[in-house]
Amino acid sequence: MDMKANKKKLGLKEKYAHMTRGLDWQTTYQPMDKVFPQATFEGIKIHDWEKWEDPFRLTMDAYWKYQAEKERKLYAVLDAFAQNNGHLGITDARYLNAVKLFLTGISPLEYVAHRGFAAAGRNFPGVGPRVACLMQSIDEIRHAQTQIHALSNYNKFYEGFHAGAAHQIERIWYLSVPKSFFDDAFSAGPFEWMIAIGFSFEYVLTNLLFVPFMSGAAYNGDMATVTFGFSAQSDEARHMTLGLECIKFMLEQDPDNLPIVQKWIDKWAWRGIRVLTLVGMMMDYMLPKRVMSWKEAWEIYFEQNGGALFNDLAKYGIKVPDCITQCTVDKEHISHQAWCTFYQYAHASAFHTWLPNAEEMDWLSAKYPNTFDKYYRPRYEQWREMADKGERFYNNTLPMLCQVCQIPMVFTEPDDPSKICYRESDYQGEKYHTCSDGCKHIFDDEPEKYIQAWLPVHQIYQGNCWPEGTDPTAEGFDPMAKVLEWYHIENGKDNLDYEGSGDQANFAAWRGAATQNT
Amino acid sequence: MSTVFIAFQTNEDTRPIVESILADNPHAVLDEQPAMVKINAEGQLVIKRESIEERIGRNFDLQELQINLITLSGNIDEDDDQFTLAWKN
Repeated sequence: MDMKANKKKLGLKEKYAHMTRGLDWQTTYQPMDKVFPQATFEGIKIHDWEKWEDPFRLTMDAYWKYQAEKERKLYAVLDAFAQNNGHLGITDARYLNAVKLFLTGISPLEYVAHRGFAAAGRNFPGVGPRVACLMQSIDEIRHAQTQIHALSNYNKFYEGFHAGAAHQIERIWYLSVPKSFFDDAFSAGPFEWMIAIGFSFEYVLTNLLFVPFMSGAAYNGDMATVTFGFSAQSDEARHMTLGLECIKFMLEQDPDNLPIVQKWIDKWAWRGIRVLTLVGMMMDYMLPKRVMSWKEAWEIYFEQNGGALFNDLAKYGIKVPDCITQCTVDKEHISHQAWCTFYQYAHASAFHTWLPNAEEMDWLSAKYPNTFDKYYRPRYEQWREMADKGERFYNNTLPMLCQVCQIPMVFTEPDDPSKICYRESDYQGEKYHTCSDGCKHIFDDEPEKYIQAWLPVHQIYQGNCWPEGTDPTAEGFDPMAKVLEWYHIENGKDNLDYEGSGDQANFAAWRGAATQNT
Repeated sequence: MSTVFIAFQTNEDTRPIVESILADNPHAVLDEQPAMVKINAEGQLVIKRESIEERIGRNFDLQELQINLITLSGNIDEDDDQFTLAWKN
């Protein structure tokens, strides 16, 4: 029997109240602190979970409706892309190396974020954040899946996509940088996770990752990446809001939370900024057609937008993280230092590298008037000269890694760009090295955590990065070849220079075939 | 005064939304980028359901904004009739 509905539909606020409150219960045969064992150990005090409010007031029914719409749009585009040889529409196959880095370095993080938010949702005693974490957890697995689906189309044609998002993240040296970032967050408590991922990564830094990356993809004709990127980004606005709401909620609940929250903001801003070095390099070097420089993106999305955010948080007593002074210096250096590193280690990377051409170097000079011509152009010219003589430079010494961010020690002193920056800490009779004051500070605060880091270079030297059954005493044993085999990098196909690669030859041939009848 | 912003995918769904926002917020500045349209505004930005409905000729639920949203900045206040972004400082 149908009920006659003559009342107006519930308004947004009423609907949100009904569908996110009163959904839980007080336990009877177990104390609540045993059901939520992670709710208090970090020292964050929450007095009233009911004060939590999701500004978007999104409820599960609306969530499914809009997410389904996003998926239909996305997969329609992916079909069109595959059916119309969309891969030949990109500017230049060099561009795909940025996509390879994304698939191997970022997509796996989406999957870990899915697990992390599921865990946070489980561990928060409040219903409001639980609902929000549930939605974000489902968003994140959607992102991992749609990215893998969208990019699998490239795997039909180009090298370096075969290991996808699952295998290499556990193994390759530079992928330990994003991996360890998320491992660090996931192995903290639920509140620190929310500051690390919900606030620092999603609110402060995600615009720097997705917006320039996706605009770059659009500029370079990559319809598949633009579409999954924007589809994912439409969820990010909600994630950013969750991150901001969470931090305000913690600060409003108890004044004792302020120093803990401030410490986490300082830590995770620095951790996140270090990881974004990879994005800076992608923007300045890997897009054949560039949107804006890393420095410009940093100024818009971090200095201006982050500035507005920290002004807003000042009323709670939150201060801008200390690392900002160093970041202001670093913004003119890190993308160059990172690309120089990958150029030297192109034999051990799952994508191709190249030297910037004359026009690209002029663009870099214009965008980095204080640093490029002085410190980096001469290096590229030297390497160009060596390559032209048939002496292409590869660095065969494995670098020391930072114990915290796991990036090779390639960054320079804030006051001297000609000197490598490193810091040293002693802990239980051992020395540990970090790449900066920021990372040293993080190490010294929780050395018992960071001494456990799985550092790729140490692991290689310890003989842990070869395929099972490898005999390092066998005649003609080549450690580097064995490491590549273990990485699932096909030597001579996936790595080395773009110039002379299969990708370069195939792209030229196929694009030719697409525009001519012979 | 800090700047708030909102960015949408450039498409036929967002064209009337962007027009409405610019009409309702005379201080807002349009920034068109590849595949993306970003609207910056000092202090505050208001999106009104009625203005969008006038342009598209049908009912509009402000939560439909989610479909084409790329990013935003500022504190959000949303109800059935309007969606506001603001930095209150």
